[in-house]
Amino acid sequence: MDISFKQVNYTYQPNTPFEHHALRNLSFTISSGSFVAIVGHTGSGKSTLIQHLNGLLRPTGGEVSIGPYQLMPGKKVKDIKVLREKVGVVFQYPEHQLFDETVKKDIAFGPKNFGVDYEEIEKRIPPILDAVQLPEELLERSPFDLSGGQMRRVAIAGVLAMDPSVLVLDEPTAGLDPRGQKEMMDMFYQLHNAKGLTTILVTHSMEDALQYADHVIIMDHGTKYMEGTPEDLFVQKDKLQAVQLDLPEIIQFLRKIEDKFQVSLPYEGQTISELGIQLKEHLKGDVTDE
Amino acid sequence: MKKECIEFRNVSFRYSEEGPWVLKNVSFRIPADEGVAIIGHNGSGKSTIAKLINGLLFADEGEVVVLGTPVTEETIWEVRKKVGMVFQNPDNQFVGTTVRDDVAFGLENRGVDRSQMITAIDNSLRAVGMIDYMLHEPHRLSGGQKQRVAIASVLAISPQIIILDEATAMLDPKGRKEIMHTVNEVKDQQGLSLLTITHDLNEITQADRVIVMSKGEVWLEATPREVFAREKELQEIGLDIPFVAKLANELGKVDVPISQQPLNHEELLEELWTYHSNK
Repeated sequence: MDISFKQVNYTYQPNTPFEHHALRNLSFTISSGSFVAIVGHTGSGKSTLIQHLNGLLRPTGGEVSIGPYQLMPGKKVKDIKVLREKVGVVFQYPEHQLFDETVKKDIAFGPKNFGVDYEEIEKRIPPILDAVQLPEELLERSPFDLSGGQMRRVAIAGVLAMDPSVLVLDEPTAGLDPRGQKEMMDMFYQLHNAKGLTTILVTHSMEDALQYADHVIIMDHGTKYMEGTPEDLFVQKDKLQAVQLDLPEIIQFLRKIEDKFQVSLPYEGQTISELGIQLKEHLKGDVTDE
Repeated sequence: MKKECIEFRNVSFRYSEEGPWVLKNVSFRIPADEGVAIIGHNGSGKSTIAKLINGLLFADEGEVVVLGTPVTEETIWEVRKKVGMVFQNPDNQFVGTTVRDDVAFGLENRGVDRSQMITAIDNSLRAVGMIDYMLHEPHRLSGGQKQRVAIASVLAISPQIIILDEATAMLDPKGRKEIMHTVNEVKDQQGLSLLTITHDLNEITQADRVIVMSKGEVWLEATPREVFAREKELQEIGLDIPFVAKLANELGKVDVPISQQPLNHEELLEELWTYHSNK
């Protein structure tokens, strides 16, 4: 589903001393099937933005379109339930939302609420377990007996069980150890490709944005600051620093190498081990620079 | 002679009698004025260590001693006066209706007088970059902002030991760096001991010593440099090393001489400069 924001405003507690403009005149479009990263420093409006994607919040100004659904101020959305089935949101620390007796019941809760029949749910569960890499033996266990990483996978399985076409991920790897982080992101990337999802990733990690996203939206003070491909955005050091964002570390380091050694060494998606070989060749004492 | 600040003597712990041991015969000592980082994968037992230090949990076997006092039901209040702790999720530690009230809470509990209280609140909020939010409602702040307030509340009561239990996990990278910088600054100024519990190995470069936990046991005690040299083994236990350390190790593999494991970009650039200058 294509998503567009047209001059969206959102104000928390308007006309009170706590009034806070979380989104201001925000416009962008996300085309169906793309993998978009939304980055921005703490408090830039990212979380408010994603709550508009499934109608948890309605704009106080402007218009949000998600496929055929429109969110506008003062107007109730007719098919909000359908919208919420189509747009799966994985919130921060989704394992905090687990509640049912067994893993299976917890996963089935979402689709059941949306009126999906029992047989269909039964059919959906095995491939989802496979996707989130949970063994089938866990289905009858209490979700609360699982490790943190497994609990998070169960919660994600619950979102996937609704068979959404848009997947919104709010810092999905927060709190996981490095291996868990990598496994989790690889899993989402695989799902994105296998199911042709539109994936929207809210992240602090420029590394993840660089590695997985094909489009990046940078937020600042509730509005769009920049957007483009990660390769284009993540070389603009001064502009990023102005909104308290860093370049991905590999690009930072390449810049420092270029400055110190007066060589040209652009970022071309090289791995760390490829970079090691490049450095060896470029910096060898007896080789003249390009 | 250096005073022991925290000592674990053959500590074992499990959450229930039938359950698996979360900590198995763990022993280590952290002297005062030393910055120590405890790292480990999810479920390695590192957070349990933090909870044993301020008496949220008690050892099943062995002994935990904090500033000379063994941690028991009788001594927890004394221990908690000296140990400031910041947890991963700040939502669980807010009580005040404004940021200022929240930071004041700990001070009120300790009977600090008003003028001192105002200075302490001011200084600690300034240190974490939240002075402009003094009258905001804590629960309306974003995750990272909340965590800064939680850290301010701990700084305000000037404890002798600060424990950060994955306290920066929810902050953005910049916020993370700032907090680590702030905390390290306060540590040096006030001679505090700092115990950082994390799985982010970028945060351990400032530590004097690192304790690596794996499956409830102390797997390694070493300096950050020594830890970063063991890339493969760390990855096997679910951890990862920072970019600079990885690149240094890759350079080593292709015979670019690296004289010492670099901790930051500048150190690695120096190594490369030496390589560049020697033919």
